[in-house]
Amino acid sequence: MSFKFTNERMKNVEELLTHYPADHKQAALLPILWEVQYQEGWISKEAMVEVARICGCTPAHVQEVVTFYTMYNQEPPAKYHLQVCRNICCWLRGAGETTQYLEEKLGIKPGEMTEDRKFKLSEVECLAACGGGPMMQVNDDYQLNLTRESIDKLLKDLK
Amino acid sequence: MEPILTKRFAVSNAATIDGYMATGGYSTLSKLFTMTPAQVIDEVKASGLRGRGGAGFPAGVKWGFVPKTTGKPIYLCVNADEGEPGTFKDRELMTKDPHALLEGIIITCYALESHTAYIYIRGEMFQELQILQRAIDEAYAKGFLGNKVAGHDFKLDVYMHRGAGAYICGEETALIESLEGKKGQPRIKPPFPAVVGVFGCPTVVNNVETLMAVPYIIEKGAAEYAKIGVGKSTGTKLFSVSGHINKPGNYEIPLGLPFSEFLEKQCGGVWKGRKLKAVIMGGSSVPILTAEEAMKVNLDYESLGAAGTMLGSGGMVIMDDQTCMVTALKILGDFYHHESCGQCTPCREGTGWIQKVLARVVRGEVRPGDCDLLLSVATNMQGRTICVFSDALAMPVKSYIQKFRHEFEDAGKLGLRKGQQIQTWE
Ligand SMILES: Cc1cc2nc3c(=O)[nH]c(=O)nc-3n(C[C@H](O)[C@H](O)[C@H](O)COP(=O)(O)O)c2cc1C
Ligand code: SF4
Ligand code: FES
Repeated sequence: MSFKFTNERMKNVEELLTHYPADHKQAALLPILWEVQYQEGWISKEAMVEVARICGCTPAHVQEVVTFYTMYNQEPPAKYHLQVCRNICCWLRGAGETTQYLEEKLGIKPGEMTEDRKFKLSEVECLAACGGGPMMQVNDDYQLNLTRESIDKLLKDLK
Repeated sequence: MEPILTKRFAVSNAATIDGYMATGGYSTLSKLFTMTPAQVIDEVKASGLRGRGGAGFPAGVKWGFVPKTTGKPIYLCVNADEGEPGTFKDRELMTKDPHALLEGIIITCYALESHTAYIYIRGEMFQELQILQRAIDEAYAKGFLGNKVAGHDFKLDVYMHRGAGAYICGEETALIESLEGKKGQPRIKPPFPAVVGVFGCPTVVNNVETLMAVPYIIEKGAAEYAKIGVGKSTGTKLFSVSGHINKPGNYEIPLGLPFSEFLEKQCGGVWKGRKLKAVIMGGSSVPILTAEEAMKVNLDYESLGAAGTMLGSGGMVIMDDQTCMVTALKILGDFYHHESCGQCTPCREGTGWIQKVLARVVRGEVRPGDCDLLLSVATNMQGRTICVFSDALAMPVKSYIQKFRHEFEDAGKLGLRKGQQIQTWE
């Protein structure tokens, strides 16, 4: 399996490279990895090799970076990633029960994916939305003040 | 009190450049360009504005450390990595008033003689990233960014830089490493970023809220700003209030307000008519206060310092009288263990130890000497690491155990189980 940026994406990559000094192309590494993930949904070994070539660093360095950060997917993602905040403020407002409820509804534990790859459940750290706890992030969106009813509705709406 | 940072929260189109300009936005720039960069720095110094990211270091003083004659470019990095548990002010500031951040950036870069600013935004904040990018595009289109800022002979480019999930990247030198395309591992200081920062060049890292206070200071003058607040705690500050409170949210208050008054009058008091048990005043990294201690403090740097805690980021977490302090601390132990970057042995091992012991105590398997063990591990984590992340767990551990020791010792008798001690979701 090889990896190639689409022409459209490649334009973004070239633009990103102009944001940093010409002798520090590696600074564009995180943003370019995001471009990979926007295009593919995850970051394959092949993509890492290509990104290393573009940024002028080694594939080993790219892999080190990909694995250090939590948001780069190293496998094809589920359609919907439900990330429940487990940190202190959300816990004070019942995040433990929120997770339990989702576990029951989806039949999976945190860290797992449903068999049809539709849902992945994760517990994550504070998402800077503590005033709306318990809360979770579903793909790019925040869902605040979760209740059983709002979770039921949300899961129904996620087709 | 006249709001400074939140004054456009009620303006529905403030995030657009038209809405922003209709409410006085970008008007300080005409004054700015009649001042010299040194005058701007002096004005911010005189205002007493302190960094709102956690450490509270005077902003103007930090700017004054930047050497301007090295021939190297100077950079501004905006810290929009907000991740300190309990803190959610920067996110709301950026979404509701993004151009005010850009105006603060323009003024700051002019003062620093910097022509490039990066906004390092937390990876999770994708909507916020798009709002800011839209604001940047609008500002370029209207000539507030680019080769001639507001028609003056000053060039400035602002770029968004998206993080990818790592709490430690909020620490300024980790942020710089991450910006350079590396793992976010803090650097040994000195040299400080002001001298050797991103790409080996002089760099200022400032928090979003800090920069958003700057336009007011330039517009109204340092003296007006310094009139607000008390002593060395000048101006207004956002407190993010969460937990067992009737009205969670962000509140802008003049520094120095008594906590008791803030709690009752603005935040609606503890929820469900319950009693206050404890308060985290400035984000999860600061020592906890008991209700009794909290009721005596004022919300400013000095008063909180005198009470043995810190103002930090302004992330205020309210805990009612049914809160289990053992579980609360265990959650922090999990968090810090998960987020340690692993470079320093005392931090990597210490957070691991604390996490393990607390996980056991929460299961009810308490052993004699656990409290002393936790205290001694915490002591060994303090003051001997590259960054203060390690202290940021050690200090809370000590305070929770010192102030609520019996709960830790009795955890076995109380028979804590997952779920049982949580009574709040309905
Ligand atoms: C572990 C750790 C995490 C931090 N996280 C943040 C953060 O998310 N946002 C922030 O502005 N400052 C954070 N800081 C503080 C920064 O290191 C730095 O002091 C701050 O960005 C400087 O800006 P200021 O002077 O305007 O506050 C953190 C510090 C540490 C040690
Ligand atoms: S104290 Fe912890 S987080 Fe900070 S540099 Fe050392 S290991 Fe990393
Ligand atoms: S603790 Fe859940 S968003 Fe902050």
